[in-house]
Amino acid sequence: MSEIERQRQDTRLDRYLDFYAERTNGLQVSAVRALFSVANRPEVVSLAGGMPNIADLPRAAYGEAVSKLIRDHGIQAMQYGSGQGEPFIREKICEVMAEEGIHAHADDIVISCGSQQALDLVTRVFCDPGDIVLAEAPSYVGALGTFNAYQCQVVHVEMDDDGISPTALRQAIHTLRAAGKRIKFLYTIPNFQNPTGVTQSLARREELIAVAREEQLLIIEDNPYGLLTLDAEPMPALRAMDEDVVVYLGSFSKTFAPGFRIGWVLAPHAVREKLVLTQEAATLCPPVFSQFAIATYLDEFDWRGQIGVFRDMYRARRDAMLAGLAEHMPEGSTWTHPLGGFFVWLTLPPGLDAQAMLPRAVSARVAYVPGTAFYADGMGSRNMRLSFCFPTPERIIEGTRRLGEVLKAEQAMHATFGLADTDSPRGTLQLGPAPDIL
Amino acid sequence: MSEYTVVVLAGGLSHERDISLRSGRRVAQALRDQGLEVVESDVNAGLIELLTSLDNPVAFPVLHGGVGEDGGLQQTLELLGIPYVGSPAPAARRSFNKAIAGPLVARAGLTVPRSAVLPHDMFRELGARHLVHALAEKIGFPMMIKPVRSGSALGASRVDTAADIPQAMVAAFAYGDVNIVEEFIEGTEVTVAVVEFTGEPPTALPAVQIEPYSGVYDYTARYTAGETRFIAPAAIPDEVAAACADVAIQAHQILGLRDLSRADIIIRGGTPVFIEANSAPGMTETSLVPLAAQAGGCDFGELCAKLVATARAR
Repeated sequence: MSEIERQRQDTRLDRYLDFYAERTNGLQVSAVRALFSVANRPEVVSLAGGMPNIADLPRAAYGEAVSKLIRDHGIQAMQYGSGQGEPFIREKICEVMAEEGIHAHADDIVISCGSQQALDLVTRVFCDPGDIVLAEAPSYVGALGTFNAYQCQVVHVEMDDDGISPTALRQAIHTLRAAGKRIKFLYTIPNFQNPTGVTQSLARREELIAVAREEQLLIIEDNPYGLLTLDAEPMPALRAMDEDVVVYLGSFSKTFAPGFRIGWVLAPHAVREKLVLTQEAATLCPPVFSQFAIATYLDEFDWRGQIGVFRDMYRARRDAMLAGLAEHMPEGSTWTHPLGGFFVWLTLPPGLDAQAMLPRAVSARVAYVPGTAFYADGMGSRNMRLSFCFPTPERIIEGTRRLGEVLKAEQAMHATFGLADTDSPRGTLQLGPAPDIL
Repeated sequence: MSEYTVVVLAGGLSHERDISLRSGRRVAQALRDQGLEVVESDVNAGLIELLTSLDNPVAFPVLHGGVGEDGGLQQTLELLGIPYVGSPAPAARRSFNKAIAGPLVARAGLTVPRSAVLPHDMFRELGARHLVHALAEKIGFPMMIKPVRSGSALGASRVDTAADIPQAMVAAFAYGDVNIVEEFIEGTEVTVAVVEFTGEPPTALPAVQIEPYSGVYDYTARYTAGETRFIAPAAIPDEVAAACADVAIQAHQILGLRDLSRADIIIRGGTPVFIEANSAPGMTETSLVPLAAQAGGCDFGELCAKLVATARAR
């Protein structure tokens, strides 16, 4: 053997390749994901990220309150705590949920590291590899990431302007069960859904509960945006209609601030017990200091008034986006008109592919999330999610102007090459629940 | 206190920003491990103020695509009188544009793929159908369609039939207004890094052989550890390795590159075919220059430090 052969490296640059769990399959670097790195530059109008705008919070006064918290209660607040979460914040959460008609007992709440971890706990408790999770078509990218991590199969159920279709839901249940599949739950976001912005009507909610009762279907209701209603009073939560068939996920990320990472699960007693034990195995206890800090905010500040401030701010941004789209989108585009939350779902003229044209958009200094990120089955190529939560109204208008130019250029390109006005499914786009996409 | 500060420039606004940031962090850490004083900076409105505020700055651009490879940043650094690692502006421009680099090295006698370069306007004004037909005739299948100014295989696709040309063209035009269509070269894929230190002629590091498991060395295969098998030095006959080294050095010289470059080559029937040269090669954990340095018995940190010393000595 020559010296060169002795020194030759034959490597895949990862010595643990044979040790990874199967669930890591597909966890790869993606060119689409990498483009979001550019979206974070100030030159780019990012209509991609779902980051709440928390600049209007009373930071100076809250800073004082948190200092006092550390001075007066630091020994407890910086110590380990209960796996279920601290009793005082669970009491407070009952008050928050009452705003949407939920009557709950603090004992039935489990605190989590954001509602993202609540979703992880629920999936861990219920799902084995290969189990079916039903979800709206499209659905939240972070939830798809969680279901994928637990090797669940997501089956999308069509939705319309009133939310998920009960008829399609029933049909999916029957078809899947007839094929011997195990359906574990329906995952739904009834209010200002991520990514479509669509809200389930009251009648639709009642139908959904009826389907769940008749079909023995558990509903996971994810409700991070419910109080951020922009045009009307909040709708009653599904959990307010039935406490046996619904596990409810809540969050302070949008109504206060996401950095504390505090969310919660409200679940029937037997489920709650398992969630607590699972939470202890995962984290020992959710962040105690964050619970104290949020309880301080709820105790000492006008949190309802602050939500009103947020609503006014988001309403102006939503209105800017709808006006910008009306002015700049080419013929053949359609979009949703959300009554709250953070997102508009844009459907492109036939044949255009939002994922394929993302590099062109980034060159034009505007970013969005391609629709394919919100499907587990490769659909959504003709869609994109536009967020109005973070940029100012002026920037949103400018962003829609740039986007309009990009769409027109892409249409011209398609015309040049005579590409058919038909949509074709892509491979699945696993963007993962990254903070700049959520 | 060091007598100079290395400013590692990474990020930028190109489609390869994410990779550049990863390369920049790796280079900065390697230089710090060599005991150098290092600051990291994006290329943004604060850059000139930063550079002018430092005593004796030396820039180390690690920008892939955009102003880092089209010569814009190098020209700026020259205007500011700041020494920098890497190729001068005209050379960066030449190598970044595949439509310019290919013919230049071909004129000097290197083997390159048969190719055609066409802007979008040409398709629009003359009608795509005729041009697509001509491309199919002259280049043949399989072919590669790429943007002329892009890296990391972004926008590049292999095309096997005429019916797939339009879609591949649109995908590549998403990265720029001009595309290059090349014959697909079947063979062993290798890359050869060239280093050039003060007072020394350019030297090739050992070739690195690339075998992506998916069969395509695309963005995912490039930057996900485990997705590609790398063999360094490449398992090729000595005379072929020497021919590859010669191609890489010749391309480095013909294009006027300086300090560090990397040539991508496919070996077809024992003959190296030059695909492209990179004036700002990747420096990430899965990139090829660090692997080549290791195969050449050279510590990556020492390599970076020698490049800085070379830039300072100019």
